[in-house]
Amino acid sequence: MQADAMAHGQNSPRNTGVPLQADWFDHVAVNTPAAERRAATLTTRRTVKKEWQAAWLVNAIRCIDLTTLAGDDTEDRVRRLCAKAARPLADHIMSGLGISRLTTGAVCVYPTMVSAAVKALRGTGIPVASVATGFPAGLMPLDLRLAEIRYAVDQGAEEIDIVITRAHVLDGNWQALYDEVAAMRAACGAAHLKAILATGDLKTLRNVYKTSMVAMQAGADFIKTSTGKEGVNATLPVSLVMARALRDYGARTGFRIGFKPAGGMKSAKDAIAWQILMKEELGNDWLRPDLFRLGASSMLADIERQLEHHITGRYAASSRHALA
Amino acid sequence: MPSVSDILQTMDYGPAPEATGEVTAWLKARASFGHFIDGAFTKPAKSFTTANPATGEPLAKVAQGSAADIAAAVKAARAAQPGWAKLSGHGRAKWLYAIARHIQKRERFLSVLETLDNGKPIRETRDIDIPLVARHFYHHAGWAEMLAEEFPGAKPVGVCGQIIPWNFPLLMLAWKIAPALAAGNTVVLKPAEYTPLTALAFAEICAEIGLPKGVVNIVTGDGETGAALVAAEVDKIAFTGSTEVGRAIRKATAGTAKKLTLELGGKSPFVVFADADLDGAVEGVVDAIWFNQGQVCCAGSRILVQEAVAEDFTKRLKKRLKTLRVGDPLDKSTDVGAIVDPVQLTRIRDLVAQGEAEGAELHQSDALLPPTGCYFAPGFFTNVAPANVVSEVEIFGPVATLTSFRTPDEAVELANNTRYGLAASIWSENINLALDVAGKVKAGVVWVNATNIFDAAAGFGGYRESGFGREGGREGLREYLSEPAVKAKAEAKAEKPDAAPIPGAPSKGAAPIDRTAKLYIGGAQKRPDSGYSYAVMAKGREIGLAGLGNRKDIRNAVEAAHAAKGWGGATGHNRAQVLYCLAENLSAREAEFAATLKAAGVPNPAGEVAAAIQRAFYYAAQADKFDGAVHSTKSAHVTLAMPEPFGVMGIACPNDAPLLGFLSLVLPAIAMGNRVVAVPSQSMPLVATDLYQVFDTSDLPGGVVNIVTGPRDELAKTLAQHDDVAAMWYCGSPEGAQMVEAESAGNLKVTWTLANRDWMGADGQGRAFLTRATQVKNIWIPYGE
Repeated sequence: MQADAMAHGQNSPRNTGVPLQADWFDHVAVNTPAAERRAATLTTRRTVKKEWQAAWLVNAIRCIDLTTLAGDDTEDRVRRLCAKAARPLADHIMSGLGISRLTTGAVCVYPTMVSAAVKALRGTGIPVASVATGFPAGLMPLDLRLAEIRYAVDQGAEEIDIVITRAHVLDGNWQALYDEVAAMRAACGAAHLKAILATGDLKTLRNVYKTSMVAMQAGADFIKTSTGKEGVNATLPVSLVMARALRDYGARTGFRIGFKPAGGMKSAKDAIAWQILMKEELGNDWLRPDLFRLGASSMLADIERQLEHHITGRYAASSRHALA
Repeated sequence: MPSVSDILQTMDYGPAPEATGEVTAWLKARASFGHFIDGAFTKPAKSFTTANPATGEPLAKVAQGSAADIAAAVKAARAAQPGWAKLSGHGRAKWLYAIARHIQKRERFLSVLETLDNGKPIRETRDIDIPLVARHFYHHAGWAEMLAEEFPGAKPVGVCGQIIPWNFPLLMLAWKIAPALAAGNTVVLKPAEYTPLTALAFAEICAEIGLPKGVVNIVTGDGETGAALVAAEVDKIAFTGSTEVGRAIRKATAGTAKKLTLELGGKSPFVVFADADLDGAVEGVVDAIWFNQGQVCCAGSRILVQEAVAEDFTKRLKKRLKTLRVGDPLDKSTDVGAIVDPVQLTRIRDLVAQGEAEGAELHQSDALLPPTGCYFAPGFFTNVAPANVVSEVEIFGPVATLTSFRTPDEAVELANNTRYGLAASIWSENINLALDVAGKVKAGVVWVNATNIFDAAAGFGGYRESGFGREGGREGLREYLSEPAVKAKAEAKAEKPDAAPIPGAPSKGAAPIDRTAKLYIGGAQKRPDSGYSYAVMAKGREIGLAGLGNRKDIRNAVEAAHAAKGWGGATGHNRAQVLYCLAENLSAREAEFAATLKAAGVPNPAGEVAAAIQRAFYYAAQADKFDGAVHSTKSAHVTLAMPEPFGVMGIACPNDAPLLGFLSLVLPAIAMGNRVVAVPSQSMPLVATDLYQVFDTSDLPGGVVNIVTGPRDELAKTLAQHDDVAAMWYCGSPEGAQMVEAESAGNLKVTWTLANRDWMGADGQGRAFLTRATQVKNIWIPYGE
């Protein structure tokens, strides 16, 4: 089978957004201890072993937005990342697993690196995602942020990971948040918009739910937890609440919104945990790259080591795998 | 095995079986188990087979305990007890610590064994049962260490007979054995016949660490073995199991002076308010009724949802049902495993079929069940009438009922519309509402926005027909300690009340106007239903007539007591004010009461009145000080242990000390917020009836104290049998005590049969009375935003 058959597929109609409707979230009840309990037991209630574990790890790879967002990024560094995205596993692991084609879901870079990434990925079918809007803090004038989106799209980015103005959430200014995201969505044009909520800054799960709902009402295609630069990045409880928010939005509008946890997820174990959450709370459709991405940099290396162990029965060394 | 590419299409979980090699080797090596008596395993005589309910395969042969086996075990426990009790607290703590440590080191072994024998998912044994077992022994190692300091003067009960159920086999063993051993008792424990294996593994652990022989004895067997243990020469019976068997044990132990704790069935409400986190509450249902195949005494089996969200909640619950995984308990991805035994499976099937036949609509998981083994697809009922069998009867399987309610008051009414009172789960984001309802539900354990959370430091146990006594924490330990002995004093014998006129013994002394002592019901003086009075005699002379109360008067008094609801909600300060006022008014009439007592022939009339006044002060002082605790359980949880009044109590007073004996029992009961129906001294009720005016002038609300004079034991019997009386104190003859205990089995009311004593002395008052006047409710409130 073609492991990337679904990659970046757009099987469902794109979210058009709806007018801001605060009554969809104003009185939302999120009980934090209950959410934490559910999150904590998701991974104790389910496990995958042997072939299933291998398959789930392969699936994680096709959902990874392989990311570099560092101050010292260079075009060469980005090219190296793209090479890994196009060929995430060593050949002997691929053949051991019995799969012929596999790529990551996307490559995620800064706007100035988009053009290098696009070139490097030409012919692979891997989309380039760009962060934008004054990533990671987002505290730039709106016109500059919108211009940044247009720049990234011009450079060839097919997905734009925007950051929201956290102040609007903390102030409860939902209209301002809605207007901002709607304007960003317009600026994206055909490119998909992933709204980074920076949940570590929002603090409460109620805020996470409300912000998720506003971002979707404003037209986000994906909602994403974190920039990777907040004090706390992707966590399972936060992801649980976002998954439930997009489920509720879907129930009201019929639009299927994607979910992207990002930041802090480093291990193969994390990759399995988040997939369990998706499967249990949203179903198998949210295990495909059109509705699920894992924003990660070092996770892939750990997955590759685990998969090599699966094939060979020997514990693996990273030094024997190609760097991302 | 499907290929990676195949799995990428389905994204199934695939099988993830826990290995059983170590455990099956252990079973194979033993094959047939004897009892563990006096530190060694006996040679099994008669055996039965215990099987794996998931497959039906036999696991081992286990000995069927006879009365002789029980006697041998009790003898061993009896012999070991003095030595065990003589160890220092630290000495016992070291043993309990060793047990805890060894359980931890054998954690996986015990988890697998438990899953094999019981059928519950390995996730539960691994993550819940066995860790809690270790926690329980650690916690009680601590109690052993601190016992002398925390419970000065307390002594162990002696030899404890313990009978445990099959739903949490090793955990229930821990709940029984850990506190017993910490307090210096020795035990004879009978595990359930379906699930004896972890108890036998525990016995091996006791032998492995070298626990002194006879301290722990395990006798396996069925209900007959249990009955033999109940009948044996033990000092206490601790039972967890069905209400039906609990009732039989209550009757069997009546009058034997065996201490008794019963942890019985339930039909616990799971209340979801409109402002609740509905997704959280849905997961709560999963943890409530679909936990351990619903074979949980405290399972939230009656889901009550506020109408505004009932449809939404039902939809979510149906959806959640679809993702439950039912099947091989050894699979690490199984949510619902096997029912413990074919007998239990049949019972569940029958009840569910009956519920459907009575009109309820069943929603069930469509998971494919394994073709063999004891499986039942989890689900819940809607459109279920309150009178439907599944609304009332404990199914003890993975099926709940779901009904709606309109208002918080109605939620409480429905929640309490049951004979049980074990647990409740309340879901609301409004702390005012949640705590209000937590206070009003009749349940020993209340979880707010959570369910089925347990910890060794919290008390667990029920109200009503869910039993009495607590397990865990300080309140649980108390059940394994005996109170300092009271010096018993025989009471004066009461003559049979004589309703005929006695012309030869005129009563007229100095009293210028004839007085009529009626009954006191609902704050008013009521003529006895019988229309008869009986002569009250002193020194051979008639000093007055008292109403000859009968069962209808008791009925009326209980109704009046129920009507006086406000008393339980009054603050301790308010109740103290009334008691102080009572003391004040009693003091103003000190001479009059002394004179009456003198006429009645009481030895120290002035002393008795003075002591009564002091007693009112004492319980007024306690009214706002005898309070609860915040237990140290899990992080980010407040666990409140609140002593609550029972509600309506019956009190049969000693024939002696007509004023002080009466007040020594009535005052602590009402100080804690109970309303009482009291039967005063049969021979000399006129002192109690003189109190009516004192009560009235003290602003004691009508119905808080109700007095029915007449034949004490007859009236006590009516009270003991009354299903709407929650607790009963009886101070009188041993025969009367036995009668009260036996008759109380109807609604399993809490009884205290106490010896008559020198009421002027130290035994006449104290915290022991207040402990007996209350039941502890543990309220769990997880927090965090």
